[in-house]
Amino acid sequence: MEPKLKERISSALGDIALSMTEPPGLGLAVEVGPESLPDALARLKETEGLRFVQLMFQTGLDLGDRLGVVYSLYSFEINSKVSVKASVPKDDPVVPSACRIYRAADWFERETYDMFGIRFAGHRDLRRILLPEDWEGFPLRKDYVFPEGYGGIKHDREDICP
Amino acid sequence: MIERINMFGRFEDDSRHILTTVDKAVNLARSHSVWYLLMGLACCSIELMQTGGPRADIDRFGSLFRATPRQSDLMIVAGTLTYKMASRLRRLYDQMAEPKYVISMGSCSNCGGPFSLSYSVVKGVDKILPVDVYLPGCPPRPEALTEALMKIQEKIRSERFFVKEF
Repeated sequence: MEPKLKERISSALGDIALSMTEPPGLGLAVEVGPESLPDALARLKETEGLRFVQLMFQTGLDLGDRLGVVYSLYSFEINSKVSVKASVPKDDPVVPSACRIYRAADWFERETYDMFGIRFAGHRDLRRILLPEDWEGFPLRKDYVFPEGYGGIKHDREDICP
Repeated sequence: MIERINMFGRFEDDSRHILTTVDKAVNLARSHSVWYLLMGLACCSIELMQTGGPRADIDRFGSLFRATPRQSDLMIVAGTLTYKMASRLRRLYDQMAEPKYVISMGSCSNCGGPFSLSYSVVKGVDKILPVDVYLPGCPPRPEALTEALMKIQEKIRSERFFVKEF
């Protein structure tokens, strides 16, 4: 990423940005605090000369004792990508929702909730999207305990239908 | 007089009659009108579509797809069955009229296949349905599905409904 753009992004974000890294192939990754996540996304979207108008992807991460969220943004105007990251403690994972800034975040955040159990404050319809409503646990967490089965169907191959 | 045997039974050259049993005649009709339910759950359904398409063309066996279980005789479970879908699949099976048959198509529906270590995949549709023909492959080719259909036809032709009771 060209240094000029990096400068513009950091000036747009101001002191919201805690750190900036450049993972290979992913453009720029900005770490922010969870409470300032919508603010950071709004600034990246609205700022003249940046205009990261597209939310390409949103997902979660299990970082061991913390849970992370990543928002990958793309700008058509300057043809570049930026990722915005934040992390929250595992025992009370609440992140402000970004679906007022990006409509696409709606289902992405539902999937992140479904898989990691990260709750998005202010999300209009936060429920499971892929798994059944009454599923227990969040499967993509590292400490997920595999269920024996679901709805009376067991995992093992003993109880097959005659 | 030369006697010949064909699919119906016995018939004679100089006769206008064909001697057969009701079972054989009924089964002949049934085995050549096996309508299957569109039960494409994953990528196997692409092969299922190919089998219904012009090259493999199982229309020539009298099989065509139905979009409702109430008109179907055969359920081809094509693809990965998840726990969320399992109750729906069972309900669709229950809505089919007897006699009904099931082909379990591909590794996923046989035993979970590549997803056999997953938390959300049913490890074989035989956990919730009685399966008549297991079709291996990932995915099976259209020729293989045609063979499975022919196995179902064989099974239908071997069935007996009209039994003399003593």
